[in-house]
Amino acid sequence: MTRLRWLVPTLYIIFLMLPIYWLLNMSFKTTNEILGGFSWFPAEFTIESYVKIFTDPTWYSGYINSIIYVGLNTVISVSFALPAAYAFSRYRFVGDKHLFFWLLTNRMAPPAVFALPFLQLYSALELFDTHFAVALAHCLFNIPLAVWILEGFISGVPREIDETAYLDGYSFPRFFTKIFMPLIGSGIGVTAFFCFMFSWVELLLAKTLTSVEAKPIAAVMTRTASTSGYELGLLAAAGVLTIIPGAIVIYFVRNYIAKGFAMGRV
Amino acid sequence: MVKVQNNKAWFMVLPVLFIVALNAIVPLMTVVNYSVQDTFGNNVFFFEGTRWFSEVLASERFHGALLRQFFLTATILAIEIPLGVAIALTMPRTGFWASVCLVLMALPLLIPWNVVGAMWNIYALPDIGLLGYGLNWLGIPYDFTQQPVSAWFTVILMDVWHWTSLVVLLAYAGLQSIDENYYRAAQIDGASRWAVFRFIQLPKMKHVLTIAILLRFMDSFMIYTEPFVLTGGGPGNSTTVLSIDLVKAALGEFNLGVASAMSIIYFLMTLLVCWLFYTITMQGERE
Amino acid sequence: MRIWPAQARGTGETMAQITLDKLAHSYLPDPKSEADFALKEIDYVWEDGGAYALLGPSGCGKTTLLNIISGLLVPSRGRIVFGEEDVTHYAPEQRNIAQVFQFPVIYDTMTVAENLAFPLVNRQVPRDEIDKRVAEMIKVLDLGDKANRKARGLTADEKQKISLGRGLVRYDVNAILFDEPLTVIDPHLKWQLRTKLKELHHEFGHTMIYVTHDQTEALTFADKVVVMYEGEVVQIGTPEELFDEPAHTFVGYFIGSPGMNVLPCEVAGNQLRLGGQDISLQRRYQQLDGIVEMGVRPEFVSLAANGEGVPISISAVEDIGRFKIVRAQLEGRSFNAVLPEGAEIPAEATAVIDPQRIGIYQDSHLVRGEV
Repeated sequence: MTRLRWLVPTLYIIFLMLPIYWLLNMSFKTTNEILGGFSWFPAEFTIESYVKIFTDPTWYSGYINSIIYVGLNTVISVSFALPAAYAFSRYRFVGDKHLFFWLLTNRMAPPAVFALPFLQLYSALELFDTHFAVALAHCLFNIPLAVWILEGFISGVPREIDETAYLDGYSFPRFFTKIFMPLIGSGIGVTAFFCFMFSWVELLLAKTLTSVEAKPIAAVMTRTASTSGYELGLLAAAGVLTIIPGAIVIYFVRNYIAKGFAMGRV
Repeated sequence: MVKVQNNKAWFMVLPVLFIVALNAIVPLMTVVNYSVQDTFGNNVFFFEGTRWFSEVLASERFHGALLRQFFLTATILAIEIPLGVAIALTMPRTGFWASVCLVLMALPLLIPWNVVGAMWNIYALPDIGLLGYGLNWLGIPYDFTQQPVSAWFTVILMDVWHWTSLVVLLAYAGLQSIDENYYRAAQIDGASRWAVFRFIQLPKMKHVLTIAILLRFMDSFMIYTEPFVLTGGGPGNSTTVLSIDLVKAALGEFNLGVASAMSIIYFLMTLLVCWLFYTITMQGERE
Repeated sequence: MRIWPAQARGTGETMAQITLDKLAHSYLPDPKSEADFALKEIDYVWEDGGAYALLGPSGCGKTTLLNIISGLLVPSRGRIVFGEEDVTHYAPEQRNIAQVFQFPVIYDTMTVAENLAFPLVNRQVPRDEIDKRVAEMIKVLDLGDKANRKARGLTADEKQKISLGRGLVRYDVNAILFDEPLTVIDPHLKWQLRTKLKELHHEFGHTMIYVTHDQTEALTFADKVVVMYEGEVVQIGTPEELFDEPAHTFVGYFIGSPGMNVLPCEVAGNQLRLGGQDISLQRRYQQLDGIVEMGVRPEFVSLAANGEGVPISISAVEDIGRFKIVRAQLEGRSFNAVLPEGAEIPAEATAVIDPQRIGIYQDSHLVRGEV
């Protein structure tokens, strides 16, 4: 029994990796081979699909667009959430509990509900089809999440540290940037990871709020799938490329990942 | 932690409040507005009261979508929570292999949702996909584009693939917080493997599992992109869950009144279930 | 008073002495030198029913030794024997021991009574027997009013009592191990819990092994104290022995407050030369090599005004009620004396050392001269 326990996670990881392997497999096949039938490995190994993505501006600009709005959203979410999380963690104020719960309810708002009103709102603000629009829209679910995670990490820092700093004559902004932020560094890292993650994987709002200039890579993919015929190889290659940024980010936060998923509260 | 009464803290919360309110309240008001009005175009609106609401609540279509939604959410939770806990219990606790497991397991969580759908589409195609081809090769008739049962199976398997890792990571974090001495004491007390799980591991995981269930409930309840890309809600309407139906009504049929009323009902349901769940678990905590 | 005579305890097994047979441990797979050992060779027999303390600063190897006894570690060398049985390779649950950890380990979701019953339920003891023993234990531990409360809400000392109770309730344990059990207990409750421990030791007669870095805890709890320093057992003795005749300069420093005065000196035969003065000792010593030091406890130093003894310069006097501590320098090294309340402190003082109480140390170890 105990000798076989490695089997469970191993089987699970195989289960996770198979679809990814299949995507990779497809991405290195020619269109003819894909449509020709089932095969475990590409018979004619080709990187044609990848070459196309890296040379065609409609493809690679999709990547750049995604990275821009995701980065923008991460910066906005973390920097806005930090003082708020500090306030929720350290102070009692009128309406604090209700406010906190209200923030969290926005995490529960189905993006499908907001797709159309968002389109109208950001058109009215003349932000439609800009990176900024997507970055702001994603704040709807990322800021509550960031406040929630950061509040957990901040509550783990004893308030005596704050008080000592004031006694030592630190002003609040200087204390916050010089002492406090380094202390919750891992928490900020984990929060940034989550904001990145949820902004990177969301498509519905990103697609709704853009048309040409800020079109995300994921949306380019759906367009390809429907308009330019059945280019499965190209689709697979693009899919593989969207996994890479996530993989890189996970690698950097691997040691904090578990604590981060528990929202710093374990 | 002892908190200090300080109403100036509001200033620290204001930026967040502003940005979330912009994103939440303005669109929500728009939705509410639509839900009680009708239009014949040219921005001319008529007040309709609760007509859309009664229409939605009475419609077969909404009942069907709601039923499918509950079936999907319940199945997903019933599979992912125990499976995630089992994997967290059996995976290495520390060291190199623990890191390998964590990184590989977290991978599906960072794949854009439509790519997940597209990937599973390719994976499950009966003629060239590993899963579809494999099942048919085993003699199981499988075609998710034609058979509702196959489509459901694929949607659920895809969600298990996509999200079980979240439960694993949360449960793992809970297990990490257990001091080694608890296991030693249990060993000395002669506790069985089951007793260790029941009296040490499960109580310590209770908190994170609450988070896991809440997150999985909320996210599966508003699931849209993955099943939409995979099956488009078909075959027929067989995998049309709430969000897919909503987007069909709003963007496909431009039936704004109905879509908005659905949105609000839908949002209130999520809120209600989360609040109930939250209150019940917190009650249990206090006892 | 013993509630349960030895024969009546549980299975009727007699409890066992614990033999540490040439035990040594290194965390390295292939230890080369003496310094690679976290626990240097120890050879000792712990009597059945004794109360022992393992005393030393953190990192001295006491936790390593405790883990070897409890079965969490298999020693690199030597054997550990309970009674006649070699248990070196037994798992903790096979050794029939109990342990109280530094941070209280209790099962949060169970009540106090269920916590106490847990080890018995696991061992399939009949239900009425369990109820009887748990009821007795609750009475012994003074937890009567809390029996059906969830263990989660209890205070740290109550939780530690429960951890202890889970061991005692089994009647037949070979030994109860304590790993710094008072660390998280409020200071004013520490002595209460310690008294309770002593009381239970008398009542139940289990062998108890108590790990601590606190000399007061060790000296008040144990019949025999094992002092450890840098992986080595430097002395095993009663509290009196540790005070009167420290076998190692570390024991001198570590036990007593202030610790023993240790000063480099020269010894020839029965003559000790210190601070330009000769002192006649009670014993004769052979030629000593290495670092030679003399040690004397501050309690055996008095001050004189008439120039008799060794010249010192006093830097401070602390009056702490029943006695005074004189902090001074002797040849540039710190030297303390403890004087009775009301004693005169001369301005030009010299230190008079009781020659009977002087120990001579060669490379930190006590040398016993010939009488």
